[in-house]
Amino acid sequence: MNAKNSFPGRLIAVEGLDGSGKSTQIYLLHQWLKGMKRKVFFSEWNSSTLVKEATRRGKKGQLLTPTTFSLIHATDFADRYERQIQPMLEGGYIVLCDRYMFTSFARDGVRGCEKSWLRDLYSFAAVPDITLYFRLPSSIALGRILEGRPTLKYFEAGMDLGLSSDLTTSFSMFSERIMAQYEGMAQEFGFVSIDATRLIHEQQEIVRNVVSTRIELSRFARR
Amino acid sequence: MKSCYKSPPPGVDLSKLNGLLIVIEGPDSSGRSTQIRLLSEWLEQQGFAVSQVGLKRSNLVSAELEKAKEGNVLSPRTMSLFYATDFYDQMENNIIAALRAGFIVIADRYIFTLMVRDIVRGADPAYTKSLYSMAIVPDAVFYLKVSTPYLVNRTLEAKGHMDYWESGMDLGISRNWYTSFVKYQQRIRAEFAKLSRQYEFEIINGDRSVVGIQKDLRDQVEKLLDHNDSILGLSEG
Repeated sequence: MNAKNSFPGRLIAVEGLDGSGKSTQIYLLHQWLKGMKRKVFFSEWNSSTLVKEATRRGKKGQLLTPTTFSLIHATDFADRYERQIQPMLEGGYIVLCDRYMFTSFARDGVRGCEKSWLRDLYSFAAVPDITLYFRLPSSIALGRILEGRPTLKYFEAGMDLGLSSDLTTSFSMFSERIMAQYEGMAQEFGFVSIDATRLIHEQQEIVRNVVSTRIELSRFARR
Repeated sequence: MKSCYKSPPPGVDLSKLNGLLIVIEGPDSSGRSTQIRLLSEWLEQQGFAVSQVGLKRSNLVSAELEKAKEGNVLSPRTMSLFYATDFYDQMENNIIAALRAGFIVIADRYIFTLMVRDIVRGADPAYTKSLYSMAIVPDAVFYLKVSTPYLVNRTLEAKGHMDYWESGMDLGISRNWYTSFVKYQQRIRAEFAKLSRQYEFEIINGDRSVVGIQKDLRDQVEKLLDHNDSILGLSEG
């Protein structure tokens, strides 16, 4: 089972559907902390250079099964966790994570991976001090994604689950299930739920409030 | 009917896997590949279709594993998860397909080598066990047990040098390759011994001639075939 963060640093994660605005919110939080000259570090889901190529290859060829999809993301996470996240926490940084193990618990859970297997897989990772969950109806998430680009991607829409041959329908069904997974974890891991339909700056105000209440920011001053 | 150590991976139907899965485990230079080649030939001569699988042969991540081994840039956990990805990719795409088609699949090493390697590098055995809990239970696992002096000899004879990874040089046991090799292989053997009790291996004495070992293997596989003739659809003999 995952341990609480016992390192000198603090760990903040954002979670939510694609299009929920979580990346924008953590970016603004990052900017705020940098502006205050705090020791802060940012890490993004699925961004390890080593693993990226394999993920791209797998997704492109649609070679991935739920198991290998899950494992390849866990590999990416382990690489970032052991080389960056944990050392930064030990070195007393505030570490911001755009998606964390909950993304895998939700997505891979929907894809049929056993809960206990997933929990074991990520058992080496500390539970964040704050997990911000951006709650958004899937119809709005869809609209936001499509504003940025013409179509949904195969895995993003959960097409591998065979829920529907229509990208949009599949996305909605997949998103509903992901949300149900998040809701199921919210209490166990103490998520802070934020209404992602609100204005960006209103959400950010809530985020900054939560962070400054729960974390003694003065302790993390950059020297 | 095949089973997995715990539950099967999502989307995998075990009910139509008619083939046999035979695993040969053992260290490098234990003569594994020779034995597998001879066993395959013998089975094929009897009319069985044989498919060989091994570690690090998947399309998905084998390039990454090669790169990582050269540069030594991965943490042990990242490395082990890469290997696990590779394993499940092969299991789901190659092993299962071959078993479904009624092949005899001979695996040149399986999860046990991966588990042992991780455990001697400090992995929590429970973590490793869970990671590989969706692996298909083989119909037989043969472990070629080779004594250390014999293995040292064979390695030097066959390669003319010692391999960095097979000597466990990444563990920092000793700066001396020979010493490191001996100690690393002892640790590996000790872990294999533990797994052999949990996972029911047939232990084959590997300190013998190629022919002697092969005879043992064939006798064991023969028994296995007798038990499974109906499954393989060979009831007429």
